[in-house]
Amino acid sequence: MTIAEAPVEQTEPLHRRLGLTDDELDAIRDRLGGREPNDLELAMFSVMWSEHCSYKSSKPLLATLPTAGEGVVAGPGENAGVISIGDGLAVAFKIESHNHPSAVEPGQGAATGVGGILRDIFTMGARPIAVLDALRFGNPGDARTRHLVDGVVRGVGGYGNCVGIPTVGGELVFDPSYQGNPLVNVMAIGLLEERRLTLAAAPGPGNLVVLFGSTTGRDGIGGASVLASATFTDDDPSKRPSVQVGDPFAEKLLIEVSLELIDRGLVEGLQDLGAGGITCATSETADRAGTGINVDLDAIPRREPDMEPFEVMISESQERMCAIVRPDRWDAVREVAERWGLPVAIIGRVTDDGDIAVTSDGAELARIPAPALTSDAIVHRRLARAPEHRRAAPAPGVPLDPSDRLPERGMDPGAVLLALLGSPNLASRHAVFEQYDSTVGADTVVGPGHGAAVLRIKGTTKALVASTDGNQAVGAVDPYAGAAMSVAEATRNVSITGARPLGVTNCLNYGDPTRPEAFWQLSEGVRGLGDACRAFGLPVTGGNVSLYNESPAGAIAPTPEIGVVGLLDDVAAVVGPAFVAEGDAIVLVGAPTPGLTGSAYAALAGTAAEDGIPSLDLNREVALQAFVREAITRGLVASAQDVAGGGLAVALAEGAMWGGHGASVRVPTAMSPAVELFGESPSRIVVTAAPRFVPALLLLARQHGLPVEELGSVGGDRLQIQLVGAGATGASEERGSTITDTLEVPLTGLRHAWDHGLARALGWEGS
Amino acid sequence: GAEPVALWHEAASLDGVAAVVLPGGFAYGDYLRAGVIARFSPVMRAVASFAAEGGLVLGICNGFQVLAEAGLVPGALLRNRQLRFLGRDISIAAERLDTPFTHALAAAGQPLRMPIAHGEGCYFADDQTLDTLEADRQVLFRYVDAVGGPAAEDDRASNPNGSLRAIAGVVNAAGNVAGLMPHPERAAEAILGSDDGAAIIRSLVESASRSASSGPAVAVAAR
Repeated sequence: MTIAEAPVEQTEPLHRRLGLTDDELDAIRDRLGGREPNDLELAMFSVMWSEHCSYKSSKPLLATLPTAGEGVVAGPGENAGVISIGDGLAVAFKIESHNHPSAVEPGQGAATGVGGILRDIFTMGARPIAVLDALRFGNPGDARTRHLVDGVVRGVGGYGNCVGIPTVGGELVFDPSYQGNPLVNVMAIGLLEERRLTLAAAPGPGNLVVLFGSTTGRDGIGGASVLASATFTDDDPSKRPSVQVGDPFAEKLLIEVSLELIDRGLVEGLQDLGAGGITCATSETADRAGTGINVDLDAIPRREPDMEPFEVMISESQERMCAIVRPDRWDAVREVAERWGLPVAIIGRVTDDGDIAVTSDGAELARIPAPALTSDAIVHRRLARAPEHRRAAPAPGVPLDPSDRLPERGMDPGAVLLALLGSPNLASRHAVFEQYDSTVGADTVVGPGHGAAVLRIKGTTKALVASTDGNQAVGAVDPYAGAAMSVAEATRNVSITGARPLGVTNCLNYGDPTRPEAFWQLSEGVRGLGDACRAFGLPVTGGNVSLYNESPAGAIAPTPEIGVVGLLDDVAAVVGPAFVAEGDAIVLVGAPTPGLTGSAYAALAGTAAEDGIPSLDLNREVALQAFVREAITRGLVASAQDVAGGGLAVALAEGAMWGGHGASVRVPTAMSPAVELFGESPSRIVVTAAPRFVPALLLLARQHGLPVEELGSVGGDRLQIQLVGAGATGASEERGSTITDTLEVPLTGLRHAWDHGLARALGWEGS
Repeated sequence: GAEPVALWHEAASLDGVAAVVLPGGFAYGDYLRAGVIARFSPVMRAVASFAAEGGLVLGICNGFQVLAEAGLVPGALLRNRQLRFLGRDISIAAERLDTPFTHALAAAGQPLRMPIAHGEGCYFADDQTLDTLEADRQVLFRYVDAVGGPAAEDDRASNPNGSLRAIAGVVNAAGNVAGLMPHPERAAEAILGSDDGAAIIRSLVESASRSASSGPAVAVAAR
């Protein structure tokens, strides 16, 4: 293929075939001092000015996010955020999408998503220690969905297991809006000695530009521009060559070579090759250092003969790394790469002219100012417009229609609970995460399936705690609230282990930004994300924006996937969600607010239409998390579980099932049984505590200004929930008078529903 | 009590170590079949000589696969019965305590909780070989069910990879080379959920320090 044979209608001018608009071509001419770009230059611009590489639609929004925070040593703009955790150590973390490649070829798409985010971590000098994957698909009963789930899970596992990094958590969500456009978001976490922090810059004119790792081939030509930055039209086989192919063993070698080079102080800068390939790596490192790079095209090791210059410059072949090396250290660098069996070559030199120049056989093929490709890339001011028909949330504290009682709807509360536990979004994920190695490395204290992941840090008493959460169901109605609630849930999941959240990474999955409604969703999402992070005092240290998540079936629900990393000072004090001991008191901290829209119950019962989303009070959420961390630090808490999907009843059922202890509780009601039992309003935690600690626990909650209620106790072989005294607000002894609803299910029944729900939904039962 | 040293895959000698552990991982990516390339790595010649001279060798997970491919232990590891990678906690029990790999365990038949994490862990050999292994007491570990008995071959909960006769680990006829699919080293501290595996590692270290006057125990890097 020559560049003139690039896919899409051949009658279009080249820049349009490469995904650039006429305005963008004008802007390119501006940046070249008025001259026309040649074909190679145009190809380089097309990948670097893609949405994926340039953030041309989202940049002005992202600039509003808080990025400063305690201990931040690297923030947005670097390959990953890095935050100091004491003892001379720091944690590097980032989340990134690989949505469109996974829709085309789920196995390789997901695998290379894992590979790409791992490279972002070890490029910083950190050894990757964990992966979390947040996956979203359409209807689980659909054959195409099943094909995608199977492929993505095999891809994540096949890569992560082989490279030897544990997959310790994430999400698996089914929602009709993802039917034509699944989401594959992967978060990686790494650990580094702070003094080893390595930045992706190309300082020092005269230094060598060294490429090591796999050779450069035709795979992944234009992945960023063709796949990641255009709306999807079904399963288009012509896009398959744009999906990269992963080689996890090469990645393993790349990790060892990169970390050895950093450890021995042999490199001045390091940058992985991902989207945009060599063009991106050279222009970004040069721009960061205010230098230029002269690329010797003929020196780049190729996988196949007769590659066109543009193919070499924009290839997204996986498992490659670019290092900036002082000439006197070249021999040492080469020795390290060759010892690990990786091809290595000097492919250029750092210059002082500020340009990315490409030469071959003595001729200059391209010359572009480095900033024009990166920091000075075009920025679009997109139009945002809210949809005309929006449903307002009910005012806080307003009860629903009292007739909204479960028996009136002909639904038995116990049957509803079992249906929720067995539903595809709430059932046990073990059928999926058992296909991952979650324990390699021998640091996994809490693996997938029971809330946030906990990884001990060898040689210290500390642990890192991580969670990913995204609330698309609320976001579909109110993208601001959806994003803020995603931050609240991810931080809450970290806080209920006792850990202090350190920072936030985000993967913003939205639709076509040229559509004003989609851009409104994005801008509202970023506003919600920013407000929530400011409330928690947490920095956003980086992330990724994935736009054009649309298919002929429509756009996805706005999905801000939030990754949070926290620090636990004493890993031995970690608290989990499972009930611990018979006789422990069960205490609910926080109180429900009305609104069932977006809940699993509403999806089951179909009650959302006349309802609204629950409200989030960020100040209360901040107080709640501060409370639970303090309670855990003081040793008052035996278990802690947040009230999330499926509401209070599911939170209690999970604590009971996972602990192997039943529970008996009485819930004083102020609202409808559906809201009390199954509502998903935020800022609530179920904690259990030994009876002697209960007074201190209640006092502490009140000191934090939180509603708190002792509901009952752990014990027995069944979960019994009684709703009592609807509307009663007097002293607790008066509330026992009226039992309005009773739910009673044996643990074995809960477990059976929960264990088998997912495999059954996916047709894996009996496989 | 032992100092671990990593040996390079191209090393020609074992630098005088007291025992060899072939750890888990994916050797050379294991794209073709687990262990089939690694058995040809130069260091394996040295491991084979070491084993032939009576040196203690323990293969864990991928290490077991490499030992089986190299013919240093009997049998083969096929793809898991469900044809999917499986990472979960299971229970195994030792068949005998009179080996260098099990003597520090409290009791034979006692369930030991630890993870498996493999795609090719279904232990296979022909019936005659299996009969011989049992007659010669070469079965070192079996997957056990909830009540502590050997798990049935179709008991997906207890023997999820479908290993024949629930065999999780074997030892060679000479008794100095052993392999098992589960990961005792990932279950050697209470904070990781179980320390049942520690006694297996301790058995090896104690045996090695008894049999060799000098030299550290060693882990061969599975690339």
